[in-house]
Amino acid sequence: MSDTPMMDELEKGPWPSFVREIRRAGKQSATARDLINILELSYKDKKTHWKHGGVVGVRGYGAGVIGRYVDDPVQFPGVAHFHTVRVNQTSGFVYNTKGLGEIMDIWDKRGSGMTNMHGSTGDLVLLGTTSEQLDPIFTDISQKGWDLGGSGSDLRTPSCCLGPARCEYACIDTLAITRECTNYYQDELHRPAFPYKFKIKVAGCSNDCVASIARSDLSIIGTWKDDIRIDQDEIANYVKGGGIDIMKEVVMMCPTQCIDFDGTKMEIDNSNCVHCMHCINKLTKALRVGTDQGATILLGAKAPIVEGAMLASVIVPFMKLEEPFENLKELIEALWEVWDEDGKNKERIGEFMERMGKGEFVEAVGEQLADGECGIEMTSQIDMINHPRENPYIFYDEYLEEEG
Amino acid sequence: MGFELNGTTYETDEDGYLINIGGWNEDVAHHLAEEEEIPELTEKHWQIINFLRGYYEEYQIAPMIKILIKAIMKDMDLSKRDASKMLYELYPAGPAKQACKIAGLPKPTGCV
Repeated sequence: MSDTPMMDELEKGPWPSFVREIRRAGKQSATARDLINILELSYKDKKTHWKHGGVVGVRGYGAGVIGRYVDDPVQFPGVAHFHTVRVNQTSGFVYNTKGLGEIMDIWDKRGSGMTNMHGSTGDLVLLGTTSEQLDPIFTDISQKGWDLGGSGSDLRTPSCCLGPARCEYACIDTLAITRECTNYYQDELHRPAFPYKFKIKVAGCSNDCVASIARSDLSIIGTWKDDIRIDQDEIANYVKGGGIDIMKEVVMMCPTQCIDFDGTKMEIDNSNCVHCMHCINKLTKALRVGTDQGATILLGAKAPIVEGAMLASVIVPFMKLEEPFENLKELIEALWEVWDEDGKNKERIGEFMERMGKGEFVEAVGEQLADGECGIEMTSQIDMINHPRENPYIFYDEYLEEEG
Repeated sequence: MGFELNGTTYETDEDGYLINIGGWNEDVAHHLAEEEEIPELTEKHWQIINFLRGYYEEYQIAPMIKILIKAIMKDMDLSKRDASKMLYELYPAGPAKQACKIAGLPKPTGCV
């Protein structure tokens, strides 16, 4: 019988298997072989054999490397150290083979050769190396023009969808915004000093291919202010072609029922459109996003830890985003300032906003923005209330004044 | 793991942090600084070490980095950005990794 029966089980079946991949790496790497062995033991003992954390890093940076040690380095020398290196990915994951080849040569030489392309934050993750190799790895990748990403309580590596590089729906230059945020906030990226992590994701349109609304503290989603462009001739072609039942698959699926279609001609009540993109996705030739383009900024998504999972909520309904994105930077810095001042340890900005109350939070950010050069105004508004107050025991300031 | 200094043995964990916090003294700090390739502990280095130890004594936990940065902003009259830079100039591998270690504090926990 094999030494690792439970691992063998995970190789069976027609689907992809991480065990098969790691075993393939194991032909060259003792680290990969021990990785399988320790996982087998973990399954057997029903507990992890990785120790919690570990403080490792490279000189000058407080982030970018995550330390991992096993609790039994004697039995599993291959993974005694198994640190993870986060390399800042390119905007939109647009690589060339030369660049990837260079990274992999460095990683075969100095690490396990195993990677995770990409981690959920977006980084190009290199899995498994030893403490001694960290600084040499950093030197090697720097010389090839790469840099480390974020980890810990800092700005995590910003990431984005492919945007205008490939997609006609992109309302903003996601790649440029990501690149600018990455370059401009190098200090915040490499030197953790926030209450907790802060993720920025940029999506070109509300299809949100990077799931920024669920996975980032600051979600920047491209949108438009004017009307959806309609090509009536193409609508007629769709009708003639018969490949799609427009009434059933488009008109009836509109969440606000704002499409009018008489069998030949389509009209959209744009004032009631919520920009879900369903009709545009279905009728790609006939419908296009509007021309007055910008972004909606949302705040506060997170996975469950202190509070449950949260989706982001809108903080700026529409903002023009053009290089060098001064208005965006001013907003980001104002948000950080308020959060950093009163945020508790390990409190995400979304949780902080909940605790403080959105009205008060918005007012505080507005105060920060009032001193800015871009003239962004932000005040709390009645539209931000999503539920009327249930507690009747409220004393308003005016009431207290009357009482003296 | 551990090291010997002036006839006393000090135990450390696999990252080089002192196991026994009470065993810390200035000579230990100098020794740990040397191991961390910090050639000289200047007055500014000591300001941070003393702040860390003071904070730990009071709260039994290492301060959040933002609290440390605020203290530097106040003590050295710097902006937030400059304070963060100063911290990494003094302790290039980072305050958690080096400053806490040299100050004899236990390894900071948390997802880093």
